Amino acid sequence: MAPILTAQGVSKRFGGVRALHEMHLTAHAGEVLALIGENGAGKSTMVKILTGIFAPDAGEIAIDGRPLRFDTPLAAARAGITAVHQETVMFDQLSVAENIFMGHHPMARGWPRIDWPGMENRAAALFEQLEIDLSPAARVKDLSIAQRHFVEIARALSQQSKVVIMDEPSAALSRREIDELYRIVGRLKARGTAVIFISHKFDEIFAIADRYTVMRDGNFVGEGRVEDTTPQALISMMVGREVDQIYPKRAAAIGQAVLEVRDLSHPTEFDGISFQVRRGEILGFYGLIGAGRSEVMQALFGLSAVSRGEIRIDGSALTIRSPQDAIRSGIAYVPEDRQHEGAHLGMTIRENVTLPQLRRFGLFLLGKRRRELQIARSYCERLRLKAADFDQAVEELSGGNQQKVVLAKWLATKPKVIIVDEPTKGIDVGSKAAVHEFLGELVAQGLAVIMVSSELPEVLGLADRIVVMHRGRIRREFAAAEASSESVAAAAMGAAAC
Amino acid sequence: MLSMLRRREVQLGLIVVALACAVGFRAPVFLSARGLDSLFTDTAILVMMVLAQMLVILTRGVDLSVAANLALCGMLVARIGQFHPGVPLALLVPCAMFFGLVLGSINGLLIGFLRLPPIVVTLGAMSVFRGSIFVMSGGAWVSSHQMSPAFIDFPLQRLLGLPHLVWLAVGATLLAAYLTVYTRFGRELYAIGNHPVSARYVGIPIARRLFAVYAISGLVAGLCGYLWVARYAVAFTEIANGFELSVIAACVIGGVSIAGGVGTVAGAVLGALFLGVINNALPLLQISPFWESAITGAIILVAVVLNAREGPQPGRRILDAHAASESRAAAAGAEATVEP
Repeated sequence: MAPILTAQGVSKRFGGVRALHEMHLTAHAGEVLALIGENGAGKSTMVKILTGIFAPDAGEIAIDGRPLRFDTPLAAARAGITAVHQETVMFDQLSVAENIFMGHHPMARGWPRIDWPGMENRAAALFEQLEIDLSPAARVKDLSIAQRHFVEIARALSQQSKVVIMDEPSAALSRREIDELYRIVGRLKARGTAVIFISHKFDEIFAIADRYTVMRDGNFVGEGRVEDTTPQALISMMVGREVDQIYPKRAAAIGQAVLEVRDLSHPTEFDGISFQVRRGEILGFYGLIGAGRSEVMQALFGLSAVSRGEIRIDGSALTIRSPQDAIRSGIAYVPEDRQHEGAHLGMTIRENVTLPQLRRFGLFLLGKRRRELQIARSYCERLRLKAADFDQAVEELSGGNQQKVVLAKWLATKPKVIIVDEPTKGIDVGSKAAVHEFLGELVAQGLAVIMVSSELPEVLGLADRIVVMHRGRIRREFAAAEASSESVAAAAMGAAAC
Repeated sequence: MLSMLRRREVQLGLIVVALACAVGFRAPVFLSARGLDSLFTDTAILVMMVLAQMLVILTRGVDLSVAANLALCGMLVARIGQFHPGVPLALLVPCAMFFGLVLGSINGLLIGFLRLPPIVVTLGAMSVFRGSIFVMSGGAWVSSHQMSPAFIDFPLQRLLGLPHLVWLAVGATLLAAYLTVYTRFGRELYAIGNHPVSARYVGIPIARRLFAVYAISGLVAGLCGYLWVARYAVAFTEIANGFELSVIAACVIGGVSIAGGVGTVAGAVLGALFLGVINNALPLLQISPFWESAITGAIILVAVVLNAREGPQPGRRILDAHAASESRAAAAGAEATVEP
């Protein structure tokens, strides 16, 4: 049988980062294709190319054998490809029916107007077809995540989609909702729709997928029929890789516990988090996106309130209500979203580095520029940040150098514990190595480092111990020696048996 | 019936009526036919401006230049009328609208196609327009004896018992209701304000829509420029000074969310009427007009607080989302024990 959708030789670069390289996949009518790969393997980029959000640098996409080039999401939708996104993006304040038909509202006969009753009837008919119990008049802001997914699926059907892509649709659903989702996927198959299903859950892949395609580091790794493979085989395809990075080993003496966390819980985001990190140690926090790692770190830094639990630094318990409390007790947090949370892009390197400790300069900054420059220079040089001018705006620097400025800023507060959230996300290989080496130097100087990372090799290569989170809870803790790609990945995906 | 009462527009309508009755209790003339007639006549321009502003605010924008646009267009047609008395009104009014449209289109180009922030663009435009009035008029006034009787009379001339001004406001209300409820164009404005990224994903041409709303806003300001100058029979540099704030305030009171994507024509019109009632009641109640801006401001703050209470909760709610599956799996004993 000829495939409905074929993508061949698809490549995409973002600046210096190669997101996709010669990727290919095929999807058939009435079949579910599981697209599998680690965080950052390029699955979402592939989806965005298939749905016209990004234009590929190279490659060909064909529907029913006809090659297509879409430059807009609308063109992709017209060609018959729609996606149900991971983070459902919808119009919260509008009705379910309108979310389905936005951009192609049905028009009534007679004077030109939107056919509201007709639109609601058609939405109701779609739900009936999918056997979903949902009112077309309900407002989307009142729906659960699962119901939002159903609305997006109905939207895809309203556009006569031949290919429906679901990007981790079950990631935030309850068991009952997942059963309902599977049933709807079954109905899509029965209609002759091709479904591309992105998932990290093996029970799910084996339950509903007919075929699989595995990606790793933006490359095609393998494909086949699901019935001919095993979870172990898929995991090794996902994580198996040539050693392309060497992680610096350094001799850091591991000392006393600096930070101890006991039973830290948040009303909605995480529960029962206990761990400790010791002087001279890198503690890796691994998990899937949305496992709650960043939420824990933000709570530690006083950005959100916890419901219970205990935080101790050097053995004494403390209450952290605000980032000021955290900075004062010696915790520094380098956030994931450099552009929005980490660096003040419009300000200079000097101003960025000295920002968290301005109060040490007293009330007036006049005449203290030289001292500020000194601090900025000394920390930036330790990070090998080459800047012609420390009064240069941070936005003019490369992504890697911006990250170094953020690190320098927090180091200058002389913390005891430094939390780095995805420190190497989106930066080039050279800067990555510098950041890694620098983290090594930090622990050699007696700091404790908590590194949240979604890159398995980075966690395995750098961390002394690895905490794996899954759905807001700690799933397992590994010593570096006992951790393997397979066992850590399996724990993050919540697999029971690995 | 109860769900009707929970609708913001219904509540606001009741408040406006209650307020009007309370004023009428103290000053019965307010509720007389003449009192109501002047209430609607005085509020008509505000209603039109508020409806145009609502379209802008729906897209997460704001147009601060409307009052200056109004004043500039008003001065322009007043001077044309002054120096070329032969030009008929049927040409002057479209001229004011066209000039307003051009001014609004400049905002639209900068905001829609160059993606500049609306608040900065329209703030700049506001100063440029105000300055232009002075440059054009040299600071001179155009007063009633320099305007033709036809020019002055049109807004207050009656058709079927109501002044033209009120009919125009009614027409604008119907047109805005049609746009926002029955056209794709109008619904897409809600989509843009709700979630600009999603709006792009569903194929809405955002730049063209933004251009259109600022152009419409300018067109309405141009028309109101003529109406204002004719109604008060005078044109000078400072007319409608600060009026843009009343326009935005009426939108906020009417439940049009500054965050975009929320608002109805009924709400916006009631918001305008609410301010109209207050403006017309204060002199009748012999309250100093200096209280007016303080009262209006306090009402805006209350309206904003009420709007803010409806906002979503932050966070991903990771635990909630998984609670059902976790507890069921735990009950089945399928979960591996968590190692320390």
